[in-house]
Amino acid sequence: MNIHEYQAKKLLSKYGVPIPRGGIAHSATEAIYQTNELGGDKWIVKAQLHSGARGKAGGVKLCKSHSEVSEFCDKLLGNKLVTNQTGPEGKMVSSIYVEEASNIAKELYFSIVLDRASQKVTLVASTEGGMDIEKVAEETPEKITKIVIDPAVGMQAFQSRQLAFTLNLPNEAVGEASRAVMKCYRAFRDTDANLLEINPLILTTENKVLAIDAKMTFDGNAFFRRPEILEFRDKTQEDSRETKAAEHDLSYVGLDGNIGCLINGAGLAMATMDMIQHAGGEPANFLDIGGGASPERVATSIELVLSDDSVQAILINIFAGINRCDWVAQGIVDFLNMRDIDVPLVVRLSGTNVEEGQKILKESGKDVITADTLSEAAHCVVAAWKNSTQKEG
Amino acid sequence: MSIFIDEKTPVLVQGITGRIGSFHTEEMIEYGTNVVAGVTPGKGGTTHLGKPVFNTVEEAVSATGAEASIVFVPPAYAADGIMEAAESGIKFCVSITDGIPTHDMIRVKRYINSASEGNRMVLTGPNCAGTISPGKSLLGIMPGHIYMQGNVGLIGRSGTLGYEAASQMKELGIGISTGVGIGGDPINGSSFLEILKHFEKDDETEAVMIIGEIGGPQEAEVAEYFQKHMNKPMAAYIAGLTAPPGRLMGHAGAIVNTTGESAAEKVAMLKDAGVMVAPTPSDMGITMAKLLKAN
Repeated sequence: MNIHEYQAKKLLSKYGVPIPRGGIAHSATEAIYQTNELGGDKWIVKAQLHSGARGKAGGVKLCKSHSEVSEFCDKLLGNKLVTNQTGPEGKMVSSIYVEEASNIAKELYFSIVLDRASQKVTLVASTEGGMDIEKVAEETPEKITKIVIDPAVGMQAFQSRQLAFTLNLPNEAVGEASRAVMKCYRAFRDTDANLLEINPLILTTENKVLAIDAKMTFDGNAFFRRPEILEFRDKTQEDSRETKAAEHDLSYVGLDGNIGCLINGAGLAMATMDMIQHAGGEPANFLDIGGGASPERVATSIELVLSDDSVQAILINIFAGINRCDWVAQGIVDFLNMRDIDVPLVVRLSGTNVEEGQKILKESGKDVITADTLSEAAHCVVAAWKNSTQKEG
Repeated sequence: MSIFIDEKTPVLVQGITGRIGSFHTEEMIEYGTNVVAGVTPGKGGTTHLGKPVFNTVEEAVSATGAEASIVFVPPAYAADGIMEAAESGIKFCVSITDGIPTHDMIRVKRYINSASEGNRMVLTGPNCAGTISPGKSLLGIMPGHIYMQGNVGLIGRSGTLGYEAASQMKELGIGISTGVGIGGDPINGSSFLEILKHFEKDDETEAVMIIGEIGGPQEAEVAEYFQKHMNKPMAAYIAGLTAPPGRLMGHAGAIVNTTGESAAEKVAMLKDAGVMVAPTPSDMGITMAKLLKAN
């Protein structure tokens, strides 16, 4: 789960990580109030949305007057901002973070990740702050320092010093930087975070260290012991279809194609999407109905797939292990008894209780195209889709 | 020989009295798995499905000589159950549970790896369908009948995509020595490479197929190992060519975050190393047939 920058900063600040003073605003009036609270004559105003690259998209501005702050708020609040990470539909901006402007002497990069190669928590730091770190890693790998943390004992002070010294800081700032790094680690560890990225971490002209931006993501599997993190959730930043799917404990990802998919198992779902593309179509979604799916769950899943208006054909591909083909078939028939659908439906059943499932589909008399293999199913749905969309045209 | 489990391997079920544990224990017994005991804390001294139930893994191991264990414990307690198995002398452990926190798995790995190499438990999963040595033993939740006994080693992240591969091979008369699910989580007990090394040493395994997906560095490790050290032929399929970057595709580990993690890049690395890659998921069986014919 992602959270907003201002939420991440609030959390980090609780652990003692130095951040600039700032306040959140939901209207221009509130933003002006925050500038008065902060004092000074220049402020950074930042649109809050779950995306990086906000600066390039016009979501961050250095304002030197109240009218500039007002103008920025009026332009962004209540509207969607498109960045190179949001996709063309953009994401809603419903709050603005107002921060005191800092005097930057040096921009650094710092992050904590779950490194899948070492299978340990790893700290990453670089003198090249404010840049795309992937690019830095590719072009100048010597400018990146990585430190792996032993999970049995956690991060040690010497490791934070080691990291701080690689950042070429003046001696009087090294202590502060290494303490900040240690505090970040504690925040990461204590919240079951998956990622903490501070880009940039700055050195001010006064030799202070400050987290100017902050991005954190969290492990949803740990929410049972981190209820305070779940409170940071902002559903307006999520795809509404994915939110609805999550409410039914279904795993759904909206995509750009026309062929809706309903599959059991994440790997088979991805493979089925690939097969659809290979057969000449484009998948409209990823949807894993999971194991032991009841007829009701199957019907809910079909409804969810159809709630995407761009869906012009549906493929249901089930390889039942702990699922039961008869339950899946019953769910399909129940759904078709409830409402007619005007897009072709292709069903491929395999595995546990496949004969019973096929019988239920056949005896229902419903307009369902059946296929025996994955390849046949994918080609069938693409052919049916082409056929039906031509007829409409 | 199969790897990890055969008809003799004495198996322990952790969480045997739960609904899911009970259901799959019955299926495993029916398949022929040598289930010798169960563990449910607080239910020691009782009998369930005709098997003795113990309070701790240590008691169960010393009373029955269990060597392998399957863990059906809810996510919040699963890491604890796995570490208990490792501490109690279990040699091979399957964790089915989906949803174990990643930070817990990091600790589990550290705990397991603190044992000396000869005494170290092999963990597969979590979030996997289990391991099967067809015709001998099933330690998992997969439908046993779709796997034919034979000489191909199968390793996959996804359960159902593994079923798809096994059934395509069965259609073509190709059997499996052992099928190992390593699971879809970002931190898993055993990587593709770790399992692959067992197959490389197994006399009964003639060829190996890995079924990978987007996310993580494990397929790249396999490509390197195959090119430098492996003598047996290998085929592969990688799911997720159509998966957009930065989006989590169901499995907690199925996300393209960095260079080398996309399906296209993994396919290219494997092909460069000389692995025969199935172009589509419906070609997994036929690709293995071609590989066997060519060798």
